[in-house]
Amino acid sequence: MNWLAQVFAVTATAIRTIPQRRGASLATVAGIAGVVAVLVGVLSIGEGFRSALRAAGSPQNALVMRTGSDSEMMSVLVGDTVEIIAQAPGIARGELAAGEPAAPLASAELFVVVDVPKKSTGTPANVPLRGVQPAAFATRPDLKITSGRKFEWGKNEVLVGEGAQKAFRGLDVGQRLKWGQNEWTVVGTFSAKGAVWESEIWTDARVLQPNYRRGNSFQTVVARLESEQAFDQFKDALTKDPRLDVQVQRETEYFGNQGRTLQGIVRKLGFLLAVLMGIGAVFGALNTMYSAVAARTREVATLRALGFGPGAVVVSVMAESMLLAAAGGVIGALLAWAFFDGYRTSTLNWDTFSQVTFAFDVTPALLVQGTVFALLLGLAGGLFPAIRAARLPVTAALREA
Amino acid sequence: MKFWPLLWSSLRRRKARTTFTLLSIVVAFVLFSYLAAVRVAFSAGVDVAGADRLFTTHKTSIIQPLPSSYQDQIARVPGVVLVTHASWFGGIYQDANKGFQGVFQGPVDPVGYLKMYPEFKVSDDQRKAWMEDREGVLVGETTAKRYGWKIGDRVPINGTFWRKKDRSTIWEFNIRGIYTGGKGVDTTQFLFHYDYFDEARELGQGIVGWYMVRIDDPKNTTAISKAIDAIFENSPAETKTVTEKALAQGFADQIGDIGAIIQWILAAVFFTLLLVTGNTIAQSVRERTNELAVLKTVGFSDATTLGLVLAESGLLAILGGGIGLGLGVMAVGAGDPTGGFLPIFYFPTKDLVLGVALVFLLGIVAGLLPAVQAMRLRIVDALRRA
Repeated sequence: MNWLAQVFAVTATAIRTIPQRRGASLATVAGIAGVVAVLVGVLSIGEGFRSALRAAGSPQNALVMRTGSDSEMMSVLVGDTVEIIAQAPGIARGELAAGEPAAPLASAELFVVVDVPKKSTGTPANVPLRGVQPAAFATRPDLKITSGRKFEWGKNEVLVGEGAQKAFRGLDVGQRLKWGQNEWTVVGTFSAKGAVWESEIWTDARVLQPNYRRGNSFQTVVARLESEQAFDQFKDALTKDPRLDVQVQRETEYFGNQGRTLQGIVRKLGFLLAVLMGIGAVFGALNTMYSAVAARTREVATLRALGFGPGAVVVSVMAESMLLAAAGGVIGALLAWAFFDGYRTSTLNWDTFSQVTFAFDVTPALLVQGTVFALLLGLAGGLFPAIRAARLPVTAALREA
Repeated sequence: MKFWPLLWSSLRRRKARTTFTLLSIVVAFVLFSYLAAVRVAFSAGVDVAGADRLFTTHKTSIIQPLPSSYQDQIARVPGVVLVTHASWFGGIYQDANKGFQGVFQGPVDPVGYLKMYPEFKVSDDQRKAWMEDREGVLVGETTAKRYGWKIGDRVPINGTFWRKKDRSTIWEFNIRGIYTGGKGVDTTQFLFHYDYFDEARELGQGIVGWYMVRIDDPKNTTAISKAIDAIFENSPAETKTVTEKALAQGFADQIGDIGAIIQWILAAVFFTLLLVTGNTIAQSVRERTNELAVLKTVGFSDATTLGLVLAESGLLAILGGGIGLGLGVMAVGAGDPTGGFLPIFYFPTKDLVLGVALVFLLGIVAGLLPAVQAMRLRIVDALRRA
């Protein structure tokens, strides 16, 4: 009999007899499923967070901040700087209001936070409040008004992102908010294809400045470029200008680096969890496979007596272990997907000290990673029992049973 | 102890299985230790907050500054024992990937701050050295260790937001003291002189971030908070005064479900591991039915059989759980696994006690069913089955 046929025959027997070892096998599958579900679930938090930030960047947009700033929150740009930036070459021009002459599509913005109670707990959270200029909407074409209307320039009116509106209290259209000395009215909500802006409240920067006593200063300038290639020209012009002390980044680059702290926590905790749980699951699988080998001692010995080679026996034990692991991996990945994917929550983005609302994202890559991890566990759990099975002394094993 | 050899030989019956079961229990309890520490970390110190400390912040948001003149006004409120302030600095050490932005860096009033936080332990000569050097820094041991700083080191911090009058953002400080603290004390802070900071900064003179207020009796919290906020009502910078605990709880809530979800996950994993381990123990007893029948044949009573099986699972649980909790205490003590994102990271005694209880529970629950089965075993049935 050729080797391959042997392997198939023994493996088929091993797999057919799994139901006889139902308890232990189920425990292994459940153990590995748990590990994979947890791993994928934890990592999906990081993925969701990242995709909310990723969605925010456009390669055609440039973000200007003061040199050395790590986030929008940290930057300061005084009024005359902003004027110079808006006149730099490479910025697209467009009509900001009907009938007006084309102007540079650059929006100088303020980025502050305001305390708004979280719906889930009632305790105040740092909700980002962005003061913008008319070009803000042209620089973010994905932004759509979903209810109500835009705020009027110069008025104490705000537009609320859908994420913020769902997560925080008192942000429905028509409601009034008292921040400091002034009252603000929510006049509309907007969506932005899941981007981080949906967590924010927007208003006119000029109205916000006196409220946060920022005089004529801003924090960032977002500029829409004529094309993606215009970035270098724009950047050179600004960085070489002796009147300016600014750094220029593509918006995609900026948001790609944001959320480092939360992602660090999630990734490191996820890794730690995976290692610890993986060890636990491998022990579980080892136990199961050793018992499986023990239970099949007579069967294996009989096969060997009939002339089946040790290789076929090794493969059969490994195959059984991998099969259980694969089943566990797939179940675990699906569980993670069912429970975690799309789960909406909000958390503090340490880098900007403000809330970000986002949805957990179980990506296909995570599902694959989880299943591969399960197979590795199966491999580790099957190897030693397989070797033991292959080494069983035939005569002793036949007698033992 | 005359049954010891019997117990020992039944554990050695399948050495591999015993070892793996033991190791699974060890892993489960290491995980449990992390679970406890992560829970504390995400609750951001709610458990250790001082009951007699209040925080006065700007009403609209903590990022809005308050005038430094508020200090004297707050100090005059009846029941207020001590007032001091801190501000946000948020500088970068070397580059952003070093994570220094996540460390609380505060321009503070050195005398007032140490009085406010007596749990920060610093030797007298280091305290004196810090007070005397205007560019001096008092840094927590965790942060000092993380960046390899020693007394006398000069460290440049990029202030990013705060620049000096010469428009430079590089602030140089001298490490003058390293403070320590017991369980639950944040030993990551980087504290320097407000006077120096305020004089040197380009903008924003005369403002501080928030005030910390010590009161005479926690029972008066509500009245004193109201009295403080009433002073500044209708001023351009209205205030909001809450207890340190409420502030910590607020931050925990801001982090939100993520903390809770990670904890649920850890808990689920822990119990799954226990379940799987318990199942293995039970299974190993079931496999030995006929041996137990033999024991009974030679005269072991039902009670002794029950005791033997329970002792076996109990021994495994205590051994594994003991090692696991021991390793857990060491691992948690070695510091937070994220490298500084979770400043408060320790294994609370309360949870250690719970862990020990769970160890015993595991031993009993895993052994009970098979032990009862073993006790009820009828010799003839069992011997026939084999």
